[in-house]
Amino acid sequence: MTTTTHETEISLDPKVPLVRITREFDAPREKVFRAHTDPELVKQWLGPRGYEMRVDHFDCRTGGSYRYVHLNPDGAEFCFHGSFHEVRPSEVIVQTFTYEGDPDGVALERLVLEDLGNGRTRLVGTSLVDSFEGRDAFVASGMEDGIRQSYERLDEMLAG
Amino acid sequence: MSAASAAAATRASTAEADRLSRVFSALADPTRRDMVARLAVGDATVNELAEPYDVSLQAVSKHLKVLEDAGLVSRSRDAQRRPVHLEAEVFDLMTKWIERYRREAEERYRRLDDLLRTMPDDLDTGQRQERRR
Repeated sequence: MTTTTHETEISLDPKVPLVRITREFDAPREKVFRAHTDPELVKQWLGPRGYEMRVDHFDCRTGGSYRYVHLNPDGAEFCFHGSFHEVRPSEVIVQTFTYEGDPDGVALERLVLEDLGNGRTRLVGTSLVDSFEGRDAFVASGMEDGIRQSYERLDEMLAG
Repeated sequence: MSAASAAAATRASTAEADRLSRVFSALADPTRRDMVARLAVGDATVNELAEPYDVSLQAVSKHLKVLEDAGLVSRSRDAQRRPVHLEAEVFDLMTKWIERYRREAEERYRRLDDLLRTMPDDLDTGQRQERRR
């Protein structure tokens, strides 16, 4: 349920602690894939606004691994690492994701790129964590921002 | 996943997380989701809620108790029919949380849109994306 075809959609699975993100891009999937696998490109878009990203290593292939750091404007560091479990060019990236502030916590993430034709791509990303508490805290972070209220997300969730 | 979200999540207050968690686990059951969807139309009695299901009134009452504990529904104490009422503001709160998360993702992907527009089509991607096996 979106206002335009490009708006990011989020849905929370009611049965397993999983978040799903769907987004379409006006670019062929080879390009979208490259923007996810080349660390010089990844640095340009991943991470919160105003944060600097430093990549320790980023070896995006089956059996590879990554570690990067987000620095906020005050210089505080937030480090993340994980393994690339399965990487198929322009199709899929399956990886683990750990925030080093919570080293025992790990999410299993899957990114699937669908060719929509006419040089367009749909990205479907899922992130599975080990508890509903973890998933919900993840989603709930930053809730202090005042935002428009709507029942659309509830509809999606109930449709589950 | 947004890095800031992950970092912030570890700082999220336990009370908030607990509350949200109760709401989500209450809604993890398909019968309870059905009941909530029905109550979104209007208040209903336990008997009315039980009608579509092949389960005992006790089972329906149990489901209601879970929804009540999560703060999703309330029941009038005085009225004889004791209709069940959906607490809409709980959903507003959840919707806020989810919308905020969605906005963060949307911000990231708008930067990716910009990047994709400036990327050359024929860049040599080298061997990086080849499978190791």
